[in-house]
Amino acid sequence: MIELNHYLIVSAALFSLGMICVLIRKNAVHVLMGIELILNAANLNLVAFSRFSAANLNGQLFAIFVIVIAAAETAVALAIVLSMYRLLKSVNLDRADTLKG
Amino acid sequence: MDNSLIAQILFYFFALVTVASACLVVFSRNLIYSAFGLLFAFFGVAAFYVLLGADFLAATQMVIYVGGILVLLLFGVMLTHKLYDMKLKSEVFQFWPAVILMLGLFLAIVTALLKARWFHGNVKPPEPTTAAIGNLFMTEYILPFEIASIFLLIALIGAAMIIRRKPE
Repeated sequence: MIELNHYLIVSAALFSLGMICVLIRKNAVHVLMGIELILNAANLNLVAFSRFSAANLNGQLFAIFVIVIAAAETAVALAIVLSMYRLLKSVNLDRADTLKG
Repeated sequence: MDNSLIAQILFYFFALVTVASACLVVFSRNLIYSAFGLLFAFFGVAAFYVLLGADFLAATQMVIYVGGILVLLLFGVMLTHKLYDMKLKSEVFQFWPAVILMLGLFLAIVTALLKARWFHGNVKPPEPTTAAIGNLFMTEYILPFEIASIFLLIALIGAAMIIRRKPE
């Protein structure tokens, strides 16, 4: 029987992989992909708890709001990445050190 | 074969697909391969939503993540690299420290999960959720719903303002 813990373990694996992606990459678009994996892991947790523990729909509504915020975040982050590319001719995150002094 | 065996086989199949494509996203050196791995990871998560009885959320995941966010990310890949630069390499730094750290974190989470005793409600058989979600949006969650719509408008205007070329 598939229990709550099965979903939580898959979600933990997705979260760890997304975090590795955020940590080891220098390309800004690649880091954004890792962030999407982390958000999906959070959503999977919310829906699994909504099914097995709460037995109501509140977790699914939270997941929908997370998807809304993920869409807005991707749009704004890509706008920032594109203007960074226009400014620096690169999307390497190490190059964005203008404020470093 | 009874239903629970089929559900188990489907669960393990989609778990394999999701985690393998997430690994492709993380460890591939080619950004286009990473984007396609992300596609299959999103499909796998949508399949989990179906297995969890969240049909509306699975459709939302397909439309917004696969149709919206992934296309946006592909635009990001294409617009930030020269077109003749077909290799699209993405360099890696601090590989092993990050992998070891996150493997430790993963094992810690899993041991915590296996030790925890979750509250189990009575699991009802899945039923269509769309009408119930719509009712909740229009009654209990009306304020977050309206805030989300204003938030999307602000994000739209903000993204357009950030990316706009300044008039000379």
